[in-house]
Amino acid sequence: MERGLGCVHIPLYMRNPDTDVMRRLLIAIVWVYFAGLLIGPIAYLCIQAFGEGFMVFLNEVLRPEAMHGFWLTTEITIIVLLINAVFGTITAMVLARQRFWGQTFLSGLIDLPFSVSPVITGFMLILLLGPGTILGTFFGAMDIKILYALPAMILVTLFVTFPFVVRELTPILMAIGTDSEEAARTLGANEWQIFLRVTLPAIRWGMIYGATLTIARAIGEFGAVLVVSGNVLQLTQTATLHIYQSYVDFNYVGAYAVAAVLLAVSFLILMVLELVKTRSSAVTDRSIQMVRP
Amino acid sequence: MTGHTLTRLALRSAAIGYVLCLILLPLTAIGLQSFEDGLTRFMDDIQQPQAKAALILTIEAALLTTVINAVFGTLSAWVLVRYDFPGRAFLNALVDLPFAIPTLVAGIMIAAVYGATSPLGAWLQQGGIEVLYNVPGIVLAMLFVTMPFTIRALQPVLMELEQDQEEAAYTLGATPWQAFWRVTVPSVLPGLLTGVFLTFVRALGEFGSVVIVAGNIPLKTQVAAVYVYGEIESYNPQGATSVSIVVLILSFLALMLLERLIRRPGERLPMFLNAVMNGTWFGVRSHSPVHAKP
Repeated sequence: MERGLGCVHIPLYMRNPDTDVMRRLLIAIVWVYFAGLLIGPIAYLCIQAFGEGFMVFLNEVLRPEAMHGFWLTTEITIIVLLINAVFGTITAMVLARQRFWGQTFLSGLIDLPFSVSPVITGFMLILLLGPGTILGTFFGAMDIKILYALPAMILVTLFVTFPFVVRELTPILMAIGTDSEEAARTLGANEWQIFLRVTLPAIRWGMIYGATLTIARAIGEFGAVLVVSGNVLQLTQTATLHIYQSYVDFNYVGAYAVAAVLLAVSFLILMVLELVKTRSSAVTDRSIQMVRP
Repeated sequence: MTGHTLTRLALRSAAIGYVLCLILLPLTAIGLQSFEDGLTRFMDDIQQPQAKAALILTIEAALLTTVINAVFGTLSAWVLVRYDFPGRAFLNALVDLPFAIPTLVAGIMIAAVYGATSPLGAWLQQGGIEVLYNVPGIVLAMLFVTMPFTIRALQPVLMELEQDQEEAAYTLGATPWQAFWRVTVPSVLPGLLTGVFLTFVRALGEFGSVVIVAGNIPLKTQVAAVYVYGEIESYNPQGATSVSIVVLILSFLALMLLERLIRRPGERLPMFLNAVMNGTWFGVRSHSPVHAKP
């Protein structure tokens, strides 16, 4: 089927004058809904961020606290992306290709992060690793600081982003089937060669798509990171935490400026997703055709 | 054992181990914590005026959000699929934005535009409508973050829906309303339910955007997630646990109910997987119908 807006077919009954009034009214309502909820707030934020001049904006964005926040967010995002890509791919391959006891349960667990409030995610980690718990005492004895430090921030971000790569790859892996892999195996390829030469090329756009969703969520994560980071200035303060801090400290211009930067990143991510979406569906379709002629 | 079997086993262990450690272990921790002090303590905790008010406010706001989202989401999906008008592609591209925008940024945008310092906020205030630090603000924040769910769940179904069926209804003498209720609604119901339930669950746990617009006034504008955050900050893990458990159970129940409602007999895949396979979960993929047969 055509993706997007392909199927415009206005039937006769909608062309007659009575329903034309209805039609215009509905379109107007949708415009107001979008304007009030999306366009208005976005435009107003941009106006506010640049309201006091571009230099003020730049000054706020280039502050050491803000720069540290950007850097920390980037660091967490990269680490989470790498771990997620590896374990997400492994989990998707296991879910798509293997049958074992408890599989439905495992599959259900993967969806759970979607339905857990970010604050509760962070809180669960505190309960698991806080002082006085078994794991907390263990890591304390080994002198490894997890809570209120980078490891905990990475762990919660891993938790909230885990479903993205898995859920993107599982259906693709199911669709392409194992015929090409079996063929490669018969021809003497080892498991690693099969993955690199046969499986990976087939799933790469799906992987990029899942990775982009992971990046978006990792950059934007706030509640969970706030709870486990301790929000220490210039130490465990990510970009979103910096925005929050600025806002709470009544530095609205600072908050708006950094928020506008993240907003720009969101637009960029959306464009990448749009681009990959067309690519990935084309690739999947072709692979399916290849497997089942 | 061949290398192939070994690899399969190794991969399976890695996947299971990783998922159990990352997802099940934290959930077990909160489950154990809630049992630690018994059911009476749990009941006491959620009966606390502040906790109770937070839970009730959250459920009310989430329900209101769900209703508004269902109505306007359906309307938007319908208009975006069926009508051609200037700016349609633009609006359609905007739908996915709330998924990409950090929730905190969403909260700040809404606070800025509906706050008393903006022209719109001042105008609303003159009309006696307080948006910020009030229930309308909370609902607006929840609406923002959940906006794509219903639209993106319905768009593919509406595209797929055979217009012939509706036209057949007209030929048989149905009015537009009859055609809508008798033909359109039954076929879009699974998509609508998915959108509606996901909206409710997401709204229930929303924190980043609400914490900015709600203002954290106990008994008045404090939602559950913000209450939990406050309890964590004031070193009261027991109170945080009890309210968290209520929110978690509500979310899981809602999702289980959804699965019950829309799962077709003999469907092998769990609902979530199906929803995501067809792109209704993230809402960002709208090129295949909700119930496409694999």
